[in-house]
Order: sequence, then structure tokens, then C-alpha cells
Amino acid sequence: MSLQELLLMRHEWTLIGSLLILLVLELNFTDEGKTKSIPSAAILFALVTLSGFLPSQSGTLFGGMYVTDPLRILMKNILNLGVLIVFLQSGSWLRAKNNYNRITEFYLLMLSSVIGVSFMISAGNFLMFYLGLELLTIPIAAAASYEQYKSKSAEAGIKLILSAAFASALLLFGLSMLYGATGSMYFSKMIVTADVLHVLGFVFFFSGLAFKISVVPFHLWTADVYEGSPTNVTSYLSVVSKGAAIFVFVLLSVTLFETIRQVWQPVIYGTAIFTMTIGNLFAIRQQNLKRFLAFSSIAQAGFILLGVIGGTALAMASVIYFVLVYVFSNLAAFGVVIAIEQYSGKININDYNGLYHTNPRLSLAMMLALFSLAGIPPLAGFFGKFFLFTAAAESGYYVLLFIAVANAVVSLYYYLLVVKAMFVNKNESPIKYFHSDYPTRIALSACVVGILVIGFYSPIFEFIKQLCLSSL
Amino acid sequence: MIEQVPLNHALIVTTMMFFIGVYGFLTRKNLITMLISIELMLNAVNLNFVFFDKYLYPGTLEGHFFSLFIIAIAAAEAAVAIAIFINLYRNIRSIDVEEVDKMKY
Repeated sequence: MSLQELLLMRHEWTLIGSLLILLVLELNFTDEGKTKSIPSAAILFALVTLSGFLPSQSGTLFGGMYVTDPLRILMKNILNLGVLIVFLQSGSWLRAKNNYNRITEFYLLMLSSVIGVSFMISAGNFLMFYLGLELLTIPIAAAASYEQYKSKSAEAGIKLILSAAFASALLLFGLSMLYGATGSMYFSKMIVTADVLHVLGFVFFFSGLAFKISVVPFHLWTADVYEGSPTNVTSYLSVVSKGAAIFVFVLLSVTLFETIRQVWQPVIYGTAIFTMTIGNLFAIRQQNLKRFLAFSSIAQAGFILLGVIGGTALAMASVIYFVLVYVFSNLAAFGVVIAIEQYSGKININDYNGLYHTNPRLSLAMMLALFSLAGIPPLAGFFGKFFLFTAAAESGYYVLLFIAVANAVVSLYYYLLVVKAMFVNKNESPIKYFHSDYPTRIALSACVVGILVIGFYSPIFEFIKQLCLSSL
Repeated sequence: MIEQVPLNHALIVTTMMFFIGVYGFLTRKNLITMLISIELMLNAVNLNFVFFDKYLYPGTLEGHFFSLFIIAIAAAEAAVAIAIFINLYRNIRSIDVEEVDKMKY
């Protein structure tokens, strides 16, 4: 393997390298200095993220098992940005007394999971895809039960690992059928037709992947896991793990499953409607903000499916753009929830009553995040939704589009409930004014800047669209 | 010997195994038994891969490799799952699914 070929796998190498460095550094920290791994991990990961943006080449490795091109690198970079923000936000939580001994473990689990994300996106073979998927899931199940002194955390871990194992068994059953029908596991060699075995294989495969995206018939684990896990892990689950699964599905839908478009389009059509509607309806009745964000993220997944269904370059670009926006908006919302939970332990919506009078900046960040998630015009979320709807309209799905717009209105209602709690509702004893630590502030400002800038700076979307056009 | 068994019969067995696993996963109350049901599903998939490889594409070994990887990963998954079960047991002194109900809507 020459150096040129090694560099094709730059994302994975830097991630593995930083994981090993962190492991060795941890050995040298004294018991009092365990917290040093918080800045070390953040700096290492910032370097990894930056190095991802260096110019790169496309190519394949390991006989076609590993594929890389500018589009996949862009996907990895987007998700890396999300992970960097998660790392920045998790400092104050890790410094808490109960987690003090196991700080590095959290970063190691997260880093291994990100390696899984990278391999999954770059897979050129279903074996590589499956390995990446499991490497993404198993460490996250361990991280979800990280707060071992809380039974809720263990419960979240169990629900995550059992449903993930069940989902991957379904996915593998589908893969075995596809293998039997096509005789290969390489994406480039498989020819999928509308034959019964192919279609059955696809349906099982899709239901396995739908667990990861939490599309509606397979969403039941989402709320419980999101509520029980540590909030930092929840934000990772809702952004990075979901984004990775969506990216892979988008890539596969225009390459491998391109030939059975007439099969998967109705499937996506139905699931998109149910996902949007049920996610929204359940979000309305939530009081716990983590559950609320869980159902809101289910609803967002439904909107994303709207872009997937088109199967054109524009649709693909709109999905990637929406995920980019979603990374910033959702992580801003979670960042505020994390900061307040760390300070006061409160996570219910009515605890936020009167927050604006005591913590105006946090309330503003939360408001921008929720407005962006709801899709209110000047913010990036509006453009994200706009492009998704354009993609669906371009393919002629007007009824679906109408349902989606109706759902967007419903979602505006419950996002505004939180904003109303912060700005309008009166409270005798609101959460007191407090300073969050610097990394959290940096992360929140980065998110707010992202929300404001991505919408206005149109070359970003043009760039993504060019990449999608050239890769199709 | 194996040539006398048609592929259809082998596939009927694996499919039955898989759905017995699904049924077990959905109805069992004990977390360990649920994990066993998942293993049953994964083993059905393994057999599927091996049968397809043996009958339809002899000499390619792709299916065999896939099932080897599935076995390894299923072991890792079971290890993490059981570690979490132990953690739950320490917290609530039970591994019954009915007792894992702190979070509901």
C-alpha cells in the first residue's frame, strides 16, 4: 500500500490516530489530572475535523471495499463538525463528581463510534457497511448507559442495544437475500431487479436501516433512549448517528437501488407521511425537553425522507444540506438543554418559564435553534426545508408535499410552546443567572453562527449540488 | 449427502428459525431470553449466507466470510448487552422487561 493510497483513508487514519494518542495520554495523567483529557480530546478532534477539509482525491481501496470521493468526504466533514460540537458541550458534564474517573472512556467510545460512521459512509461492500454500522452502534450503547449509578441510563442502554441488535438482524436477513439473488456483496457488482427475492431483501434491509433513522414503524425506542441517556450522548444519537444512516441510504438509493426505484418510492412515501405526522403529534404532548426533542427529531426524519424520495441530484443535495443545517440547529437546542441541566438539573418545559429574564443569551440561542428547526424564514432551517420541498415538488409528489406543509405548521406550534415558556410565561422562581463554561459557549456561538450564515450564504448549497451532480 | 437436500428446504428451515427468533424477541419477558432470540435470528442469517454460497455460488466464499464476521460481531454485541444487563441488575435487582419501565409516555 503506497502513501498515496494510505492518504485516501485520511479521515479514518486521523480518527484512529487520535484515539490511540488519547489512550496513551490517559495513561500518563495522574488521578488529579484526569480532567486534562477533556481539552486534549477536543483539540485532537478539532485537528481531525480541520484535516478533513484539506484537498483530497477520490479512489477505491481493498479491491473496492472502501470507496472515497468528494461527496463522501463532505458527508464525513459535516458529521465531524457535529461530533466536535458534541465534544465541546460535554466538558462540564464530564467534570461532575460521578463521572470524574471515567472521562476518557466517554471520548474513546465516541471516537470509535465516529470511526464506524466514516467506514459506513465509505463502504463499497455490504460487509464493510455492516462492520461500520456495528462499530457505530455498539460503543454508543455503552455510552448511553454511561451514568451507571442511574437506572434510567441503564434502561436506555438496554433499549438501545436490544433494538439495534434486532434491527441489524433484520438488515442482515435482507442482505442474505440480496446476496442469494445477486451473488455478490460489492455495490458495483450487484444488479438489483424488481424480482421477488430482491424486493424482499430490500424491504428487510430498509427496515433495519429505518431503526437507525427512527422512521415511524421503527421509532419506538427513540424517545426512551433519548430521555434516559446522558444528554450529550442523546445529541450525538440524534444528529450524527441518524445523519450517517440517512447519508448511506441516500447514497444507496441513487446507486445500488436506482433500478428498483418503483419499489422504494412508495415505501418511502408511506413512511414519510407516518413519520412526520406521528412525530409531530407525539411531540405536542411532551413535557420533558429530551423526549420533546426526540419526537421533533422523528418528525425531522420524516421531512428528510421527502428529499430522499426524489432520487435526483437536487434531492440528494437538499438532503445533505438539510442535515448540515439540522446538525447546527439541533445541537444548539441540545447545547442549551445540556447547559441548563448541568446547572440546575431541570429538563421540563415549564422549568424554562421566565428563562429570558434571567438568561437572555441562552434563551436567544434556544429560540434561534427552535425557529430554525421549525423553518422560519430568515434562518437556515427554512432554506433546508425549502430545498427538500422543492425536490419533492420536482418529482411531482404534490399530495405528499401538502401533507408535509401541514405538518410544518403543526411543528411550528409545539416549537413555539417552548419559546413562549421562555419569553412570555411568568415564573416565581426562574432558573437563576449562570455562566456556562467556555467550550459550551464556543459551541453554542458556532451553532448560532451556523444557523444564521448557512441560510444566507448560497454558495454552500451550490457547492453541494455540484458535488452531487458530478457523482451521479 | 448435502446435495440431496434441495435449497428450498434449507431456506424454509432458516426462515422459520428467523421468525421464531422474532417471535421470541417480541414475547419473552426475560432480557437474557430476548438476547438469545436475537442470536437465533443472527444464526438463521448465517445459515442463509452459507447455504446461498454453497448452493448457488460455490467457490466464491463471500457468504462464508460474511457469516464469520457476523459471528464475531454478534459476540461483541452480546458482551456489551450483558454488561448493560448486569448494570441494570445492580440498579433495580431484576432483569425482567416488565420492570424496565421507568420511562413511558
